[in-house]
Amino acid sequence: MRKTFAIHGGVHPPENKHQSVRTPIRAAGIPDELVFPLSQHIGAPAEQVVQVGDAVLKGQKIAEAQGFVSVPVHASTSGTIMAIEARTVPHASGMSGRCIVLKPDGQDRWIDHSGLADYTQAEPADLVKRIRDAGIAGMGGAGFPSAVKLGIKPGTVIETLIINGTECEPYITADDILMRERADQVIEGVKILRHIIKPKEVLIGVEDNKPEGIAALQKAAAGSGIDVVVFPTKYPSGGEKQLIQILTGKEVPSGKLPADIGVVCQNIGTTTAIYRAIVHGEPLIQRITTVTGDAVKEPQNLEVLLGTPLRHVLSVAGYEAPKADRLIVGGPMMGFAMPHADIPVVKTTNCVLAPTARELPPPPPAQACIRCGMCAEACPVSLLPQQMYWFAMSKNHDALQEHHLFDCIECGACSYVCPSSIPLVQYYRASKADIRQQEQEKRKADYSKQRYEARQARLQKLEDEKEAKRKARQEAAAAAKASSDTPSDAQAIIQAAVERTQAKKQVSADPAAAAIERAQAAREGRSIADADPLATARATVANTEKRLQTAREKLAQAEAEGSDKIDAFRTGVEKTEAKLQEAREALAKLEAEAPAATTPAADDPVQAIIERAKAKRAGQAVEEEDPVAKLERLVSSTESRIQATRDKITMAETDAPDKVDALKTGLEKLQEKLAQLNSELANARASQNSEAQ
Amino acid sequence: MALLRVTSPHAHHPANKTGWVMLQVLAATIPGIAAITWFFGWGTIVNILWASVLAVTLEALFLKLRNRPVGFYLTDYSALVTAWLLAIALPPYAPWWIVAVGIAFAILIAKQLYGGMGYNPFNPAMVGYVVLLISFPLQMTTWAEPRGVAGAELPGFWQAFQFNFGLVDRAALDGVTGATVLDVFKQNNTALVKDLWANPIFGHFGGHGQEWVNAAFLLGGLVLLARRIFTWHAPVCFLLALTVMSAAFYDGGSAASGGSPLLHLFSGATMLGAFFIVTDPVTSATSNRGRMIYGACIGVLVYVIRHWGNYPDAVAFSVLLMNFAAPLIDHYTQPRTYGHEKAGTRKAGK
Ligand code: SF4
Ligand code: SF4
Repeated sequence: MRKTFAIHGGVHPPENKHQSVRTPIRAAGIPDELVFPLSQHIGAPAEQVVQVGDAVLKGQKIAEAQGFVSVPVHASTSGTIMAIEARTVPHASGMSGRCIVLKPDGQDRWIDHSGLADYTQAEPADLVKRIRDAGIAGMGGAGFPSAVKLGIKPGTVIETLIINGTECEPYITADDILMRERADQVIEGVKILRHIIKPKEVLIGVEDNKPEGIAALQKAAAGSGIDVVVFPTKYPSGGEKQLIQILTGKEVPSGKLPADIGVVCQNIGTTTAIYRAIVHGEPLIQRITTVTGDAVKEPQNLEVLLGTPLRHVLSVAGYEAPKADRLIVGGPMMGFAMPHADIPVVKTTNCVLAPTARELPPPPPAQACIRCGMCAEACPVSLLPQQMYWFAMSKNHDALQEHHLFDCIECGACSYVCPSSIPLVQYYRASKADIRQQEQEKRKADYSKQRYEARQARLQKLEDEKEAKRKARQEAAAAAKASSDTPSDAQAIIQAAVERTQAKKQVSADPAAAAIERAQAAREGRSIADADPLATARATVANTEKRLQTAREKLAQAEAEGSDKIDAFRTGVEKTEAKLQEAREALAKLEAEAPAATTPAADDPVQAIIERAKAKRAGQAVEEEDPVAKLERLVSSTESRIQATRDKITMAETDAPDKVDALKTGLEKLQEKLAQLNSELANARASQNSEAQ
Repeated sequence: MALLRVTSPHAHHPANKTGWVMLQVLAATIPGIAAITWFFGWGTIVNILWASVLAVTLEALFLKLRNRPVGFYLTDYSALVTAWLLAIALPPYAPWWIVAVGIAFAILIAKQLYGGMGYNPFNPAMVGYVVLLISFPLQMTTWAEPRGVAGAELPGFWQAFQFNFGLVDRAALDGVTGATVLDVFKQNNTALVKDLWANPIFGHFGGHGQEWVNAAFLLGGLVLLARRIFTWHAPVCFLLALTVMSAAFYDGGSAASGGSPLLHLFSGATMLGAFFIVTDPVTSATSNRGRMIYGACIGVLVYVIRHWGNYPDAVAFSVLLMNFAAPLIDHYTQPRTYGHEKAGTRKAGK
């Protein structure tokens, strides 16, 4: 058997996996409503390509990827788009995000789709594109766009393709059951990946607590050269970096990607999605999700259409809401507690856990850190959690970074073992966010400073140029004066005279107009000498345009009257046109020579700020007209404030117990406000609906 | 029912509780206490009880003053651990006010003034001990003579209580107190080691009775080690360093000998120190490598002070000195983090 390597630390929480593997995978069915968040992956959110009221088919793209690190979203059944609005999404903060809401028509009609008969004939780049178009993002939890991982930099040699079948989180069995029931699809998917990446070796890493899954995989992989590697169960062996270390002994350098050490890692659930996308042409519209916990009667694995609300999934498994103490998306070690069950299953939802209070008791109040070092023993990344905790409390950001805070994978092993029940991970998350924000602010400040300096330099240059020009002109004037007594604008006067004669010739029919034009021309001519050449050129263009306009009007009049001077007028117009052309060219040339001067407002920061402010005001004005949107915004901001206050309370319980009461009162007030907002929102929605009908 | 909103992890190791850890530490001292009582009479038990009452009362008062939840903090049992360790370290028939002064220093100054449990840089029991040793050297060095050596009967519980609280004339105690083997070694510069052994206070290889007390603390320590209450790094390195030092200066048992490694391992407060003081997590270095250095340094210091210093035993001084150095050790022993070339270097890890 292949040699495996040990990772530092790790813990052995009770597995609780047996409950959900007693029955085979079952389809969860089509719910009343499907909700598709535009952001179900790491990277830029997708952009909707459907409108409210559109009828869509199963598998139809409803949102398009935006940018490189992004994936599209597809409808998971046929139906009508009911709304595109903010809904609570499965996120640690319980925040809202833009979602497309679909009402299924119950017919489940597929869009035309077809797979590749023989992918081995296809170009890897084409396959990667298909994977991207199928909306596939890592299904193990993080949701990193799979195609991005496969788009390897040219010149990089990939030694090892690792398929992550570890599933080290307690309770979750989605990958386990997939291996048991669909090992063939897994292996097919792995072969496609192998065709794309062409690694030297392919390893499927599985913990030894899944003997049935391992046996099925080994059978399916027999003779394919794909190695199923089994290693002892320990949390968090399934972290990407940890698994790479276990299987290859190599560490991904901090701040680098696995590809940099010749490794590509994909989740085992993702491989079957890839198989379906390439061989059947099906986008990612469903996934296997474990529904478990003591508050559901029949823990099991369900094949769920993406977008299905947790409420539906839970009820299929016999949810007993009153018994549930929390609702966790993901596992007990890294999952997020959700505020309610009206949250959709997304590409990364591998588990819905509804534990009772007895099963996962609420965290006891934190005691003082006794520096026992159990956390450091448990940390898979060899950090010193107890030290980071001190530094996090004293907001010593430099020391935190010296202790490699950003290498923390937030696995929770440290909090799990801490005898003082300190919510360590919470401190690290908060500190990371703090540091990121500070850095962002610093970047912003640096950027505006740079812009300010650049602008100063530009203005200075302009000033210098002007000064130089003025000097040159002065000198030229002095020289001219010295050489002759001709007035400095003699040339201009001559020019004006010529024009005058020409104009007279053209418009002799209308002496008054001609006189005016004469005067204009003279004024122009005189001003040429002392104005900025660019301004002059502009004035010339404007004037010529004006003249052309007049000439055209005259021509039109003459034509209407059938005057015999039509021809003369026509020549006049043509000549003026030619002149205008000439003037424009001259202006363009000047502008090209002095680009900075011609676009004074374009990158003026002040101007930009004013415009942004205007745009913002406009946006707000629009929203103010929509009470529902406004309330939604208020609700979500209040929710995040409540969450923040809760975090503060937890921290205060250790740091500043005297503040706890004040915070709790604050929390109650916020909760009252939220309740009020929610009821207002409900009213507003109801009245909007009745208006709509 | 409202759903609970807390951040991950949602599971917690059921057996890991600070209070439970402390209780196990207390339990592990019982064999040692039993051995002391057998060889030196009931004085230590009287001291332990008295110290416990004082420590808990003082801690509760102070928590109240600092406006902290009293019950919550008392049930981490850290005050009891401090009280027991100090009482065990004191001479069995130390008068009650010695105990009171020691506990007051330990709990009020060394612990609560620094912010309470977890925030104290110095081991509270050792602070109390050293303050007493410096202030009241006479009372602190009058150790009881072991069973079978003492001129008089060992006092029973009630008698010990009367002695310690000054209810009877303490002069009666003279018959049962005397010097320890480490004192003897300190004073000696003429006799060969084997001649010293003629003194009945010497046992098989350490102090008579004391070697059994040390063995009992070793036993308790091994139980804690097996239960993973602490790791082996600090105590093992402490004992190793002490062994190496005493072997180096054993000098073949001449008149200048510092005593054999066995003598040093099984006399004085060696085993109590190794498994109950050096292992105090709050005041020691925090990484495993750091704890090895911390333990080894204490071992060296103990020998240096025992052999060349002014005090016959040295665990308390050595521990306090190394408490000072612990943050420095921490700074230089940061473990190598995954994905980093070297330990403790800062890299762009974002
Ligand atoms: S496990 Fe908890 S109490 Fe122990 S050192 Fe870590 S943070 Fe402190
Ligand atoms: S959460 Fe971070 S510090 Fe804690 S054990 Fe995991 S990686 Fe280490």
